[in-house]
Amino acid sequence: MTESASSRFVFDPSAGQSRPLWRRLIPQRWYAHLILTISVIIIAFPMFYALLISTQSNPEVWNHKFTPGDMFFENLRTVMVQRNMGRFMLNSFVIALAISVGKTVMSVLAGLGLVYFRYPGKWIVFGFVLITLIMPGDVLLIALYRRVVSFDGWPHPYVALTLPLLASATGVFIFRQHFMTMPPDLSEAAQLDGASPLQFLFRVLIPLSWNTIGALMVIMFLFGWNQFLWPLILLRDQDLQVVQWGMQSLTQNLEVGDNFGPMMMGVIITSLPPMIIFIILQRQFMKGFALTRDK
Amino acid sequence: MEEIVFAVQPVIVGLVGALLGAGYFAFLRWQTRVGGLKASLLVGAICGVAGAMLLTAPLGYCMFEADKKNDDYIVGWIMVALGLLLTLNIGSTLLWRFFRGQRLLPRGDTTPGAFRGRNGALYAAAALSPTILVLIYFVYLPMVDTLRLSTFLARFGAPRTRFICVSNFSRMLGDLDYHSNLFLSFALSFGIIIITMSLALLIAAMLNQPIRGANIYRTFLIWPYAISPIVAGSIFGLLLGTESGIVNRVLDLTLGVKVPWLVTVPAAQFSVVLASVWNVIGFNILFYTAGLQTIPKDLLESASIDGANAWQRFARITFPLLSPFTFFLIVTNTIYAFFDTFGLIFVLTRGGPTESTFTAMYRVYVTGILASDIGKSTAQSLILFLIVVGITIFQFRVGQRRVQYGNY
Repeated sequence: MTESASSRFVFDPSAGQSRPLWRRLIPQRWYAHLILTISVIIIAFPMFYALLISTQSNPEVWNHKFTPGDMFFENLRTVMVQRNMGRFMLNSFVIALAISVGKTVMSVLAGLGLVYFRYPGKWIVFGFVLITLIMPGDVLLIALYRRVVSFDGWPHPYVALTLPLLASATGVFIFRQHFMTMPPDLSEAAQLDGASPLQFLFRVLIPLSWNTIGALMVIMFLFGWNQFLWPLILLRDQDLQVVQWGMQSLTQNLEVGDNFGPMMMGVIITSLPPMIIFIILQRQFMKGFALTRDK
Repeated sequence: MEEIVFAVQPVIVGLVGALLGAGYFAFLRWQTRVGGLKASLLVGAICGVAGAMLLTAPLGYCMFEADKKNDDYIVGWIMVALGLLLTLNIGSTLLWRFFRGQRLLPRGDTTPGAFRGRNGALYAAAALSPTILVLIYFVYLPMVDTLRLSTFLARFGAPRTRFICVSNFSRMLGDLDYHSNLFLSFALSFGIIIITMSLALLIAAMLNQPIRGANIYRTFLIWPYAISPIVAGSIFGLLLGTESGIVNRVLDLTLGVKVPWLVTVPAAQFSVVLASVWNVIGFNILFYTAGLQTIPKDLLESASIDGANAWQRFARITFPLLSPFTFFLIVTNTIYAFFDTFGLIFVLTRGGPTESTFTAMYRVYVTGILASDIGKSTAQSLILFLIVVGITIFQFRVGQRRVQYGNY
């Protein structure tokens, strides 16, 4: 994020006057640093505490030890092998990737169809897509489940899981807006050169849209990774379950409290992929949010 | 005798709709002073009849039959009101566009640079068909199913279904458990909105100060949004455990008290709010930071020269200019509270103690999936649908002032 020149301008009425020594010793706007530091600590604390617990054995947790234990690899093994989290993570990765790629491809195609061709009733088609924004999946959950399970020809349960999630009104809307802001000269020139719409899509549009594509794919990957309720009710075979389901299964004995270490290890490994994506692709992430939430 | 009463119902419903529609359009005519009075009255009456019948006629006016209870009549009139809201709004918009000589419907084909040639429609159909087909099969048809099933007594696994008119809805009127679920959803939204947004605004205002390392601070403040509600619930389940939790340990050492966070009634709801706030605060900070950067600095500067103090500058300039961001965050936080908290509650309290942390969405899951009562749960889904529609309309009305998210 680049700060504009104007936001660097500081209006400080006291600037230029000589300040007393004690004010020169402490940093300017110390209160901002103070509030921000406290906020960072409070917001980070639950995650750091989870990291600490993930290295401890159960007696250490109950005694509230604040030193790392030596159970890290033991807990990791319990979670990944015994509780099958390795498998769940792979499952979620496949699902999230399919959702993210599928949604993006379909949205790019629909955006192309809504911008670069002439036909009557275009606004009806667009309205038909856009109005599904008021019908979120959670509202349709029961009817969708009933419809999906009534058909038994699914080649794989994951097809039944991901296919209903592939169409995205927001994605279509974003690519439509994006294509409409592109100069019309581009497609005019492509037509003069005798390019077909497909050639135009692959040679011109997609190379010019990587930013938008990347932003949408990051957000949609996280959407897929965080899926919980839909897989919970749809998937019968436990080996096919997703990482969020695996995470909640680690908390099953929360009241008994005999598995804090593995539970927090689950928290760490479930959060690691989204955190890595978030930190590496922070710009795309924020751009994606601005895009997906800006209707 | 009963048949006569039954046949009379559509007439009464239609008359009420026609009167209300004509009255509303006459009021609009008086207010705008545009267009003809007779045309307004006529179109208003037609829209009114259509609106009154929109939701009641498909069910054959069954909710007004003589053997129905009071609650069924109430649901029936609510359906009339909802239908009227829809048709009167659309009808008046179109009619007054016509009066003002404006284009009635959006123009279909305004894009410059479209491909020439006769195959355009074919190409477009090919490009759009995956999206359209998925939407029809997995969004529109389930929506129709939801509407239809909500009038049925139906169960998963049971082949037989029975039409029971609006009983699924009228029973909600007296269902105190469901009322408290809905109330919790709204209270949760309210708590999340108040706590998260005030904290996020304070933090974003600090981030917006010209200080060193603002970018680093920002990265470390907004990451919790990448965390799933399940994980947020799991961590807070550990933090807030009565005996094992670190929060009670600290409280015990300092104040000598232990709060049973997850197992007593007001504390459990508060715990859900706390975990939700932690989960969404990053997103709120992110958007308030983006919002603060859109506020022109020279405005604040000149106000400062005019002698406005920091609080006055905030209350009179910054906060009003942030309002598009505030409304946007209210909408997204409400959606989070209604739908995304499901996973969080699923691990943190499992809806307990004694169903006190059941949100409306959690109730849909329990009724539809665990108790497999499809009719009742789809009716509950439709209540959520109405709330989403309400939020969307709120967003559109407020969104007249376009939200600018800046360039980042």
